[in-house]
Amino acid sequence: MDPQGPIASAERLLLVNSTGIMLVVVIPVIIATLAFAWWYRSSNSRANRDSDEGYEQRIEFVVWSIPALTVILLGGVIWIGSHELDPRAPLPKSSDPLRVDVVALDWKWLFIYPDKGVAAVNQLVIPTGTPVAFRITSATVMNSFFVPQLGSQIYAMGGMTTHLNLLADKPGEYPGLSANFSGDGFSEMRFIVKSVSSDDFNAWLEQVRGAGSALGEPGYAELAKPSIAVPPTTYHSVDPKLFERIVEQTVAGPRKMGGSSQPQPLTRRAGD
Amino acid sequence: MLGRLTWAAIPFNEALPILSGAVVGIVILAVLGTVTVKGWWPYLWREWLTSVDHKRIGIMYVVLGLVMLLRGFSDAIMMRTQQAIAIGPSQGYLPPDHFDQIFSAHGTIMIFFVAMPLVIGLMNFAVPLQLGVRDVAFPVLNSISLWLAATGALLINMSLVIGNFARTGWWAYPPLSELAFSPDVGVDYYLWSLQISGVGTLLTGINFVTTILKLRAPGMTYFRMPVFCWTALASNLLIVAAFPVLTAAFVMLLLDRHLGMHFFTNDAGGNQMMYVNLFWAWGHPEVYILILPAFGIYSEVVATFSGKALFSYRSMVWATLGICILSFMVWLHHFFTMGAGADVNAFFGIMSSIIAVPTGVKIFNWLFTMFRGRIVYKTPMLFSVGFMVTFVIGGLTGVLLAVPPVDFVVHNSAFLVAHFHNVIIGGVVFGVLAGINYWFPKAFGFTLDERWGKASFWCWLIGFYLAFMPLYQLGLMGMTRRLQHIPTPSWQPLLWVAEAGAIVILCGILCQVAQIYVSIRSRERRLDLTGDPWNGRTLEWSTSSPPPAYNFAVLPRVETVDAFWHMKRTGRPPAEPTYESIEMPRNSPAGFVTAFFAVVMGFSLIWQIWWLAILGFLAAITVVLVAAWSTEREHEISAAELAQLERAR
Repeated sequence: MDPQGPIASAERLLLVNSTGIMLVVVIPVIIATLAFAWWYRSSNSRANRDSDEGYEQRIEFVVWSIPALTVILLGGVIWIGSHELDPRAPLPKSSDPLRVDVVALDWKWLFIYPDKGVAAVNQLVIPTGTPVAFRITSATVMNSFFVPQLGSQIYAMGGMTTHLNLLADKPGEYPGLSANFSGDGFSEMRFIVKSVSSDDFNAWLEQVRGAGSALGEPGYAELAKPSIAVPPTTYHSVDPKLFERIVEQTVAGPRKMGGSSQPQPLTRRAGD
Repeated sequence: MLGRLTWAAIPFNEALPILSGAVVGIVILAVLGTVTVKGWWPYLWREWLTSVDHKRIGIMYVVLGLVMLLRGFSDAIMMRTQQAIAIGPSQGYLPPDHFDQIFSAHGTIMIFFVAMPLVIGLMNFAVPLQLGVRDVAFPVLNSISLWLAATGALLINMSLVIGNFARTGWWAYPPLSELAFSPDVGVDYYLWSLQISGVGTLLTGINFVTTILKLRAPGMTYFRMPVFCWTALASNLLIVAAFPVLTAAFVMLLLDRHLGMHFFTNDAGGNQMMYVNLFWAWGHPEVYILILPAFGIYSEVVATFSGKALFSYRSMVWATLGICILSFMVWLHHFFTMGAGADVNAFFGIMSSIIAVPTGVKIFNWLFTMFRGRIVYKTPMLFSVGFMVTFVIGGLTGVLLAVPPVDFVVHNSAFLVAHFHNVIIGGVVFGVLAGINYWFPKAFGFTLDERWGKASFWCWLIGFYLAFMPLYQLGLMGMTRRLQHIPTPSWQPLLWVAEAGAIVILCGILCQVAQIYVSIRSRERRLDLTGDPWNGRTLEWSTSSPPPAYNFAVLPRVETVDAFWHMKRTGRPPAEPTYESIEMPRNSPAGFVTAFFAVVMGFSLIWQIWWLAILGFLAAITVVLVAAWSTEREHEISAAELAQLERAR
């Protein structure tokens, strides 16, 4: 755990706090178990023993209240934490968020910047310190969009959109991945998040706009074919309605669901 | 004529499945050959295959579970090895196509064909004895349940050499498990083997709920039942309530796959989230179906080996029932990351952590049972103490996963894998192993070897910590589950530690094999002639080891909890009681024959040989109906015969 953004930091803090609350009970229980197990062994002649019933109502009261109190405390933590760290809640505004639309494909990630008119595959460049508002869907099976160092993951599902808001505090490169098994290319379904200064981000946009190809329906159909370990690529322009059409499933993919099309046999490239 | 089945279904060009298939085939042929040469078939058929005796059925369930444990565990070792070596430039020795089948099979087999048969087997063996009765409510149905479970196990193992298994993980989430993405027979093997064994499980649930509610020794009120019977009741109520949900979800997925419907597809109005909800609406109660009976075993073992009554029997019962009900209100914590709102996530997070209250109460109750006791460290007690320490760690990480924002970063990670192995190995497996060591002398009339038993305990305990503590850490470092290839070379040392842990667990399993072998060899020296080798507290120890087919010549009269303990303190019943004639169920081949046709039906459905599937189904149903309407189902043992039998023992 090496958080690089406020969401991930808050989640780590919650993890540490919850662990702390429970350790207050768990550590004494483990010590008591080992101590009782040792002291009351049958060969210990110094132990005091009860013949049979050792039941006391006072102990029973303690037995129910210790876990109950712990859970009441944790319940509060859960309620507050769930609301503060709701993935769809916008981050406190320091600047307008950058909007990014994410599409899970077999087995790569497509990132569309709707306000900038560009797109990239397996590479997500974002300006440091600017909130990023993601809309996420899948053109294939269920995946989970996850950048561990930035925090929360959320499922990517066909025909649906999920929302996620993240922010990177510092410049750097952070690995991203799919956290929900999606088939043969799953282990290589990774991408790189590059957090760069806003100047560098604008420079990157310029560079993208001046190179590569356009992402329209034919390009998308080609891209959506199953492939493994695809190197990062960019598109200088993108069909503005592409994301909506992927969600509505009105764009032709190579594997129309529910049909009888067979997936093509895959050949892995050795050594990647 | 043969549907999708062709010679191409057998992977002649892949060494691993053909080799393992060949080894399994040779072992099976050797066993069948030995049985034939020694002329054991009549004995096997009469005493085991057609037996409706709950003790025999329980033992066969346990044998099924232990055999399948070997299969599931070899999958585990293969996965650990792949992850330890497939790092950076290396792709390891398993391509994704094969690796994905292995982790899917591992999960499916360990839950459905190892944990379930072991737990159901121990319930079968012990519950009627503890209740002080002669059999379960529906003995023939019980035999059918067993053989349907075996049918599922057989089908799932056929996928090793004929066709292939699912590559979807053990949940088989759509759309990945839909025809568009999994067109081969793998998912069909998964669905049909679980559907068929699921029918057996549901019948077991009905059988045991009826048995516990309607058949108890005279005087055994609900609050005089042993805690294991209470947990068995809770577990079987959960089976009856939860398994139909799974069956329905699978039926919808099968309709999608076989008839092109759209329950869970991406398009045409299908909703994959519905499958996920239904799966876990079964899946979370399933966790408690497995762990509650294990809690019951610990309760019996801790009280027996501490020489004390269980601390606060009543709160143990209420905690069990509380868990039983709460387990249906937490299923959403398996998918906090699916995009539900904060209120919904928070509600299910809080409900999930509330389960920690009754569970915590149980831990304290065992602790106070040990307090001021006289603890004798036989193998079952070692497993129980090992469980208490290990399980609270698993409980802690479980509550962490129930905090939705924490789950957002560890969902589907190695941390989660470590958590559920922590509670399943540290809870269910330790409990079952404690139960096997505890009840073995009752089942066979001689005790198991303690030295090998203790060696297996230490291997299991140390192996568990070595194998899964690194996974907790890797999960926090961002390692997700089900990776065929590891992207980060710095994870390699921890993965090798986990591999070492798996090998230590293997040593534990080998110690158990040695334990059984050594114990059988030296059985003359370790005979248990008293019927009560541990100074037990409940009724199963009041009859001989092994018990006669009818368990009790005269049903015991129960006046307290820990009935047998009470009898021992107040003096035993008279030496020559008055016998009355009893009726015992006759053996029935219905279960075995039904299962034979169920195998035919399942295999044909998987390969879409429709005419054979229909024939298999009709034959299986006919056998069940004939058995149900037969009138010659019981035979009488007269009072004189009974007295003679009792004197001869």
